[in-house]
Formats: sequence, C-alpha cells, structure tokens
Amino acid sequence: MPDVADRAPVVRRRKPSVRRSVRRGVNHTVAASVSLVMFIPIYLVVVNSLKTDAQARPMGAGLPKELRWDNYHVVIEEGKLAQTFVNSVIYTVFATVLCVLLAMSAAFVLARSRTRLNRLLYLFLVIGIAMPVNYVTLTKVMQATHLVNTQLGMIVLYAAFKLPFAVFVIYAFLHTVPVDIDEAAIIDGCAPRQLFWKIMVPLLRPAWITVGILTFLDLWSEFIMPLYFLSSSDKWPMTLAIYNFFGIYESSWNLVSADVVLTILPVLVVFVFGQRYIKSGLTAGAVKG
Amino acid sequence: MHGARPRRVPGKARHYPTYFSFGALALHLVFIVVPSIMGIYYSLTSWSRYSSDTEFVGLDNYRSVFRSHGAMWQAIKNTVLFTGATMVTKTVIGLMLALLVSRGIRRFSTFHRAVIYLPAVLPMIVVGIVFKSILNPSTGILNGFLDAVGLHSLSSRWLTDTHIALYSIVAVDTWKGVGFIMLLLLAGLESIPREYYEAARIDGANAFDELRLITLPLLKPVLTVVTVLNLLYGLKIFDSVWVLTNGGPGYATETVNTIVFKEFARGHYAVSAALSTVLFVVMTTAGLFLIRAMHRQMDDA
Repeated sequence: MPDVADRAPVVRRRKPSVRRSVRRGVNHTVAASVSLVMFIPIYLVVVNSLKTDAQARPMGAGLPKELRWDNYHVVIEEGKLAQTFVNSVIYTVFATVLCVLLAMSAAFVLARSRTRLNRLLYLFLVIGIAMPVNYVTLTKVMQATHLVNTQLGMIVLYAAFKLPFAVFVIYAFLHTVPVDIDEAAIIDGCAPRQLFWKIMVPLLRPAWITVGILTFLDLWSEFIMPLYFLSSSDKWPMTLAIYNFFGIYESSWNLVSADVVLTILPVLVVFVFGQRYIKSGLTAGAVKG
Repeated sequence: MHGARPRRVPGKARHYPTYFSFGALALHLVFIVVPSIMGIYYSLTSWSRYSSDTEFVGLDNYRSVFRSHGAMWQAIKNTVLFTGATMVTKTVIGLMLALLVSRGIRRFSTFHRAVIYLPAVLPMIVVGIVFKSILNPSTGILNGFLDAVGLHSLSSRWLTDTHIALYSIVAVDTWKGVGFIMLLLLAGLESIPREYYEAARIDGANAFDELRLITLPLLKPVLTVVTVLNLLYGLKIFDSVWVLTNGGPGYATETVNTIVFKEFARGHYAVSAALSTVLFVVMTTAGLFLIRAMHRQMDDA
C-alpha cells in the first residue's frame, strides 16, 4: 500500500513543524527586539541631530519636523571638530601602523625560533593583555622622555597599549603558516629582513588587516590616556573633545547628538567594511588559534 | 599539524634574529612594565604634588586604602560588585544570544550578529552621553516608555538614586559589551560537531539536556576565557562610570580607577599609586591564568 506509506511521514512531520514554526516565529521576534534595543541609541542621535534645540530637549524618538543641517555647522565650528578629527586620525592611524609593524616583526621571530629565551620574551609581552596601565607613574616616564602633552607621546603610548594583543593574535596566526615556505626562501638566499618583508608580510595579510582594524577601532575610542596626558585642548582627540563639549552644551541635545554622529561616523565606516575581518580576529585567540 | 615546528632549519637563530622583537619589547617595557614596577616603589613613599622629597612611609598608603568606611573601601566594593555583576550578565545573556542567532533563527542571522556586536565598537564616552539622556528621569525615553506601557511604578532616577546607579551602569555596560562575548561564544558553539546533538536527540534528550550535557561542557574552555576577560575588563572599569555618574551620587558608584584619577588630580600621587598597585597584582595574576587557558585551547585546536 504505497498510499499509506507515502502519507505517514507527511502527517508525522506536520505536527512538530507547526510547533517549530511557532517557536521560530518567537525566536525571530526576540532577535528583532534585541537588535532594536542595540540600534535605538544610534537612531536617537541621528534623528535628534537634525532637530531644533527645543524639539531635541527630550531626546525623543520622533522624526524632526524640519531638517536642521546647520546643527552640524555649529558643532564643527564650536566644537573645533576639524582639529580634533585630524588629531584622532593622526593618533589612531600612526599608532595602529606602528603597533602592527612592531607586533609582526616581534611575533615573527618569537614564533619561528622558539628558544627558551624567546618563549619568555613572548610571555613577557602578552601578559600585558592583563596588565593595567599605571597612569600615575606613567606621568613620570612621560616627563622623563619629554612626551607629556605631545602628539608623538600619544602615538607611542597608544601603540604600546595595544601591542600585547597584536602580538598574541599574529603569533597565533603564524602557527598556520607552514615553515617550509621560510626554508625555501632561506635556501634561495633570503636574508632575515627580506624574509620578513617579502614573504611574511604578504602571507600574514589576513592577520595584520584584522589586527589593524581592531586596533584602530579600540584606539579611536580611547579616552583615558588623553585625559591624563594631554592638557592643551588643541591636541585633544574627538573622544575627549566631545566629553568637554557635552559639559558645556549639556542641554542642547541636538548639538550633542550631531557631535556624537560625527565622532562615531569613522567607526561605523570601518565597522561596516571590516565586518568579515573582525570576527576572525576576535575569536582567533580565544577559540581557535 | 601543518609542519609548523621550526626545528628543521639549522641555525635558526641566524634567520630569526631576536633583535626583530626589540622594538615591541622596548615600548612595552618603558610604557607599561616600568610604570607598574615604579608604582610598587612609589606606593611606599609620600610622593605628592606638594612634597618634592619622597620619604619612605611603609604601608601607610595601603592602610588608608583599606580603611573601612572610606571612599576607597567603597570603591573597591563597588568594583568587585560591578565586575561580578557584569561577568554574570554578559556571560548569561551572551550565551542566550549566541544560541538564539546560531540555532534559533535561520534567516537574518548575520544581520543580527552584526547589530548586536555594533555597540562594542562605539566609544564608551559616546555611549555614556547617549544613555545619560535615555536614563534621564524626567525627559528620558526609558521612563517615558515605562509610563506609556503602564509600568510607571518601575520608572526611577536611574543614575541619581544611590541604590540603583551602580546597577544602571552595569546595564549600560552589558548593553555595550554583550555582543563581543556573544561572538566569542558563537565561535565556540560552531566548533561543536552537529552529530553530538543528533545523537542526543535520538536518545530522547530535550533542549535542556542538550545544553547541560553537551553545550556547556564543550564550551567550558571558551567560557573560561570569557570569564577571565570579563574579570579583567570589570576590574579596570573607568570611562562608563566617569561619564554616567562621575562616581556619584556620593561615593555610590566610585570604582578603583575613578578614585585613582581623582587622587591623581588632587596631587595625592602615592595613594593613587598604591591603589593602582593593588589592581596590578590582582589583574596580572588573573592574566597568567588567562594566558594558560588560551594556550591550552590553542594546543587543543
């Protein structure tokens, strides 16, 4: 009786599939609600950045009656945003490049030649992931090296701050690069410097792009170091500037919102375009290696 | 596994000169390690803005740190509370979200992952400013929402009530950080073979059994890493507190690092150094565990 045999599994499948589709509907609703909660603050600053001062006072979710683009003009002028934007770019870009280069060259030799000394040096570097910065005595070091309140000082500090994580991720990635490649290059007469620049840097591309993106994102958000070590406001990055701007214009939520939008814009751009690199980097150390 | 053992190259030290690591080592040493060691020394002195000569005072600074009823003792308690609370909320919610987006839904999973992770990349200082408006008791949309749905009794002075303020900061911090934890746990979940679940289902296991007997045990290494990362993050918390409450009302939300900054700003450098040193010892010890846990996993993979 082919008829029954055909129908039986269909009947059996239908019952749980109703329950399953209900459960899936609930899951989708929950996921959508969570995403909404995660996105609301960004939505709020965008709509309120285009409202009038009075309209934006409750920082509500309603749409602006008319689009006040001039809020952005005001913020850029009053908040000296051009200057602070340039500062942020200088600090984060130079520090990221410095950090990635130093981390790559260190991870390269420490991972490839694992002598007892090199293992110790590696441990010494990566323990920094857990070490809190001692800002108080760091001021003494900054004074001794004449880096207090200088842009160079910020770049060097930012880079030093993110080095342990960068070394950790690149070191882990190096395990997946076969050492045969090195051997072939060495037999062909590659000197260490050539081996690094011509062979390792291209092979490590996924690793340094990922580390570069994560370092950039973290450093763009950095607030504590400039708070301690930059006294002149013309050297402030956007984070410190917005904190100060918020102190002055606390009641003008339209202006504060516009400032927030401009501060997070670079982060959002890097986030969207760096998507696929971010996850692999974050989970590299913690999960796979 | 990939022949990554570098033993075969003869005279490898020549091809991998240690001086390639000197740049990184120098920056790390000068700006991170040396200040920490100096901190131990200065925490035993009377170093301050007002006295150029630093005398040795023994453990006096530590005594003032641990004196009960003081702001600093309160700050230590708050820091421990904050750390414990965020460790729980981020891990539990992060795990639920990871299960939801990997198993619970089929479509839009990538989209939800990205949106849930998004707050993690925003500067805390900006997040704090926005939440200050959302949590405003009279004009903020949170109380507005609670009133609108008839839960007026729940609306509160989120950041100015001494009993609630610290938990509000925990909530904001969880909102920001839970996506990162979710991503870590997701990677762990994806490394569990599907066959285990199929076998369990054939044996009649329900969803709770699967969680208890398969998911959690196999996720243990990742959970260890997540726990230590949350611990390290919580102990040094500064910017979310600084922008949301500035440590207030009173000392209600003061943390170790807000006090470190305030004592520093007041010129009490040695006290600040003592408090930093306490943090240094605790976190570096935890860090050794973290590195061991991470390497154990790398070796397993």
